[in-house]
Amino acid sequence: MTVAGSQVGGEVVAAQEPPQAEEEAPRAALKRKDNRAWWLVLPVVVSVAFTAVIPLMTVVNFSVQDVFSPVDRVFVGLEWFRTISRDPEVRAALVRTLLFSLQVLLLEIPLGVALAVVMPRRGVWVSVALVLVALPLLIPWNVVGTIWQIFARGDIGLGGWTVNNVLGINFNYTLDSTDAWITVLVMDVWHWTPLVALLAYAGLRSIPEPYFQAAQIDGASAWATFRHIQLPRLRGVLTIAVLLRFMDSFMIYTEPFVVTGGGPGNATSFLSILLSKIAVGQFDVGPAAAFSLLYFLIVQVFCYVFFTVLTRSGR
Amino acid sequence: MADIRLEGVGHSYDGGRTWAVKPMTWTWRSARAYALLGPSGCGKTTLLNIISGLITPTEGRVFFDDRDVTGVPTRGRDIAQVFQFPVLYEEMSVYDNLAFPLRNRKVPKQEVDRRVRQVSRLLGLDQVLGRRSRRLDAGRQQIVSLGRGLVRSQVAAVLLDEPLTVVDPALKWTLRSKLKEIHRETGHTLIYVTHDQTEALTFADEVVVLNEGAIVQAGEPSELFLSPAHEFVGHFIGSPGMNMLPAEVVGHVVRVGAAEVGTTKDDLPPGPVRIGVRPEFVRIAPAGTSPGVPARVTGIDRMGAYDLVHTLVGEHPVIAKTEAGSPYRPDAAEYLHFPAERTFLFRDQVRCGSLAPLDGRGPA
Repeated sequence: MTVAGSQVGGEVVAAQEPPQAEEEAPRAALKRKDNRAWWLVLPVVVSVAFTAVIPLMTVVNFSVQDVFSPVDRVFVGLEWFRTISRDPEVRAALVRTLLFSLQVLLLEIPLGVALAVVMPRRGVWVSVALVLVALPLLIPWNVVGTIWQIFARGDIGLGGWTVNNVLGINFNYTLDSTDAWITVLVMDVWHWTPLVALLAYAGLRSIPEPYFQAAQIDGASAWATFRHIQLPRLRGVLTIAVLLRFMDSFMIYTEPFVVTGGGPGNATSFLSILLSKIAVGQFDVGPAAAFSLLYFLIVQVFCYVFFTVLTRSGR
Repeated sequence: MADIRLEGVGHSYDGGRTWAVKPMTWTWRSARAYALLGPSGCGKTTLLNIISGLITPTEGRVFFDDRDVTGVPTRGRDIAQVFQFPVLYEEMSVYDNLAFPLRNRKVPKQEVDRRVRQVSRLLGLDQVLGRRSRRLDAGRQQIVSLGRGLVRSQVAAVLLDEPLTVVDPALKWTLRSKLKEIHRETGHTLIYVTHDQTEALTFADEVVVLNEGAIVQAGEPSELFLSPAHEFVGHFIGSPGMNMLPAEVVGHVVRVGAAEVGTTKDDLPPGPVRIGVRPEFVRIAPAGTSPGVPARVTGIDRMGAYDLVHTLVGEHPVIAKTEAGSPYRPDAAEYLHFPAERTFLFRDQVRCGSLAPLDGRGPA
């Protein structure tokens, strides 16, 4: 035992008490520690530090300094946090982003569940439906933006043209704030409702057949079956869906950037768009760092609240 | 309440190549308690689902009295069914679970309350009525499911698909007698599916034995035990099952090997038969008693209340159930005696006659 221990150069617990080593050999073998295992973790520690921890700490570092140039910087304490949290433009963007996320959740969750309920449960149409529904999820974000930028145009886009010329509603997302908002919202619903639908569909598929049989025996209507059997059993997947869709929509950047560029005016200027303007456009790294940290904190808090509420209500 | 009549009803899951339930005609009479007994996979659940309408039979028609319900969906049939594993509306309280089938049928509120309280009292659920149903243990959950099946007063039948599988053995007995009590009180037709013969025999007015999708025998528990009409019933009912021994009819005499064991009065054509006799009725007699079959004792199981003596007749095992403390020893040669009134003859698995005493030769 001790021989084996010294051979591998590890720390052998049994070796600490030589008189008992003989009797306790089997137990000691289980307790043997090999500290060389730490080396196996090292690549992960290094790469995570390099890609996440150090950049994050850099952000923290920037957030408390006024940086004029890489060599010329002043410690300013929490000044940037104060500035950012009082900035009317940031506050307006926060309200806008919250409103957007709220609308996204209110539209995508019910729509996704409805889609999942009507999707076929068996037969050849299952795969057809799955592929069709999953299609928008396979398209890259910026391509989704490009598709909708063109689709919603009044002159050459099918969607925009139809609204203007067939429905007779004047629609121009480059000029009208409401139209721009609707375009971005509908685009997000088109892009991400399928995710909710697929999650909900998986949840529905996992309900054993006897539950539906019992509902028939008990004379439950289709609505009662949905309300009392399907919906309660979707709690888990819907919690995930709400969290994913909240985080994603609260941090939405690429699509509105491509479609509207945040405009017209500030109409679709969400937090992320404003942040990148400050950070990359104006290169105000101090305020941008403070902004990022606050942004991060808000997402965390909301997710925590959603998660707690959704899981608690089930008990 | 109604008679449930199956006319030529059969079901196949694979378009007619094999039958889960072979076409059968059978009537479940109103207000009786039936046990549907058979091994796993014999078509019990399929038959039940045909009655409740969860499955439309491939062939045949289903009648409730004179009403043809073959095409009527489950909701329109007034059937209650309890499944093998608890099926609950998990976010509802126990009370709401019990009330659910009534509320769906727009029963007035006071009546709902009255029925729910009645059922909860019968099943001992009073203490947990306000609890959320998914917080109960599996046994209790199943009792709630059972309660949902019993809460409606206007049902053609209550179908129970092995409902006590998940219930604790100690509680099983209580619940089964509760069910019987409820049956006496309400007069519902009950069809209780089980593969457990004790459950079937203690519960039912009439036991229907199903094997490979066909009813092989139906009757009172004692009838199935004392006079099985099919080898399967002999094996399946009784513990251990009936002894089966190859024999031969020569003239009117039934022989096992060289030993004559009795005669037959059923005008059986000569040829091979199998004789069936339950271990309870096999008597081990002193050597030389006629008619007797020589056998060799191979072992004895001492079961406490009784002994099981295992013997070989030629190379065929025969078990005799004797009083506890029997004196037989392994490898001893004994003579087995089969009482005529409890011994039957089977051909192609179906009972074709019974044994009669050998005229003027030895005790009957």
